[in-house]
Amino acid sequence: MLEESGGPCWLSEEVKTGTTIIGVEFDGGIVLGSDSRVSAGASVVNRVMNKLSLLHDKIYCALSGSAADAQTIAEIVNYQLDVHSVELGEDPLVRSAATLVKNISYKYKEELSAHLIVAGWDRRKGGQVYVTLNGLLSRQPFAVGGSGSSYIYGFVDAEYRKGMSRRETQEFVVNALTLAMSRDGSSGGVAYLVTIDETGTEEKCILGNDLPKFFDQ
Amino acid sequence: MSSIGTGYDLSASTFSPDGRVFQVEYAMKAVENSSTAIGIRCKDGIVFGVEKLVLSKLYEQGSNKRIFNIDRHVGMAVAGLLADARSLAEVAREEAANFRSNYGHDIPLKHLSDRVAMYVHAYTLYSAVRPFGCSFILGSYDEDDGPQLYMVDPSGISYGYWGCAIGKAKQAAKTEIEKLQMKDMTCRELVKEVAKIIYIVHDEVKDKSFELELSWVGEVTKGRHEVVPKDIREEAEKYAKDALEEEDDSDEDNM
Repeated sequence: MLEESGGPCWLSEEVKTGTTIIGVEFDGGIVLGSDSRVSAGASVVNRVMNKLSLLHDKIYCALSGSAADAQTIAEIVNYQLDVHSVELGEDPLVRSAATLVKNISYKYKEELSAHLIVAGWDRRKGGQVYVTLNGLLSRQPFAVGGSGSSYIYGFVDAEYRKGMSRRETQEFVVNALTLAMSRDGSSGGVAYLVTIDETGTEEKCILGNDLPKFFDQ
Repeated sequence: MSSIGTGYDLSASTFSPDGRVFQVEYAMKAVENSSTAIGIRCKDGIVFGVEKLVLSKLYEQGSNKRIFNIDRHVGMAVAGLLADARSLAEVAREEAANFRSNYGHDIPLKHLSDRVAMYVHAYTLYSAVRPFGCSFILGSYDEDDGPQLYMVDPSGISYGYWGCAIGKAKQAAKTEIEKLQMKDMTCRELVKEVAKIIYIVHDEVKDKSFELELSWVGEVTKGRHEVVPKDIREEAEKYAKDALEEEDDSDEDNM
C-alpha cells in the first residue's frame, strides 16, 4: 500500500480460481458443483464465474487452481473429444475425457498449476467422477478440490452415503459448497450445479441468499 | 482370365482407361496365392482358423505363425505376403497401444480397422511404394459391444462380417461358412466347425502337409485373444477328420 511502484498489487498477482469444487456419483449419474469466486491476491476479479466447463454433451469438468491453466486444459480437451467422438461415431467415455485431461496435467505438471475434476455419464459405466490432481488418474465415488476443500473434508467424509438419490446428492453438494464458501476466503459468490444422467444435462445456479443457512453467529 | 494392363499397370498412381488400378488388383492376386484363413463370429466370440502350409519338413513346428495378437482383446489372421502382414500387425499394435495411452481404454475394433485400412489405402496412392500384398481379418470381443469381426483388403476397404474367408480357397470356404448358423452357436461349438472347414477346403493333391492354427477370443476367454488350448484343438481336429471320412464314405456309397 505504501509502495505504489509497479501498479496495484492485483495487477501483478496471478489470477487464481481459489475455489471449492466437488463432484459426487449417484446411481444413474453425477452432480458437479462449484463456487463462483475468481481472485487475484486480495481482489475478487469475478464474483459470478461458472467454473463448471463442458467437455462433451454428458461430460463436464470443474476447474480449480490457476484460471488460465485450467480453462486452457478444458478447451484443449473439449477439442480433442470433439474429434475423438466423430472418429468413433459415438459419445466418448468419461474415462477417455479424464485420461486426456490427465495426459496434459502430467506432461506439463511443472509448468501448469491446475486441478480438474472430470465427471459425466456414459452408457458403459453410468455416472463416474475422476480426479486428475497433479497428473494422477483415479475414479472416486466423490471428490473435492480447490482451496476451499480443506475446510469440508470432515463434512463430506461424515455425511456421504452410498446410494443417495439424485435430489439427496444435489443437497449434499450444495451443503458442502456453502460450508466451504463461508470459511474459505478464496471461495464465495453463488453455487453452480450441473447434474448429468442418462436423460441429459441440467445446469443450475443457486444465488447467495438461496443457499442453506448454517451456524453463522 | 488374367487381364493384361499393358502400360497402365506399372504404378499404383495410374488408372487404366476402364477405371481400374491394376497394381491393387495384382496385390489382391498375391493374397489369392496364399493358403486360406477364415474368421467366424458367433454369439459369444470369434474363432480364427488358418491353413498354414508346411513347405519343408525341416521347419520347426509352430514357426511362421499367421495369427497375431494386436492387443489383449484383438486378434488378427492374415493371408498373403507374410512379411507385409507382419509389418501391418506392427502398425495395428502401435495404433491400439497409442489409443490406450491417449484415451485410457481398449480400442474399439471398428476404429482400429478403420485406422489400419486408412494406412493400407495410403500405399495405393503413390508410385514410389507398392500396395501391401496381404488381407487380414481382425476380431475382438467386448462385454458391452459383443464379438466383432472386420476384414481389410489391399485396396484399403474394411467391412464388418459374421464370417469371412481369405486366400486361395476362399470361395469354397465361404460356401461352407454360409451353411452355418453362427448367430446361435457358442465358441466351443464353432471351434470344431472352423477346423472342419479348413480341413474341407485343404487341397490334398496340390498342397501336402499343413498345420491348423486355431485361435479364439470371446466370453470363454474372458475377452482375451488366445491360442485355442491343446486339448480343445485336438478334439476339434478329430471332429474335422472324422467328418471328412464320413463324406468320403458317403461318396463311395453313391457309386
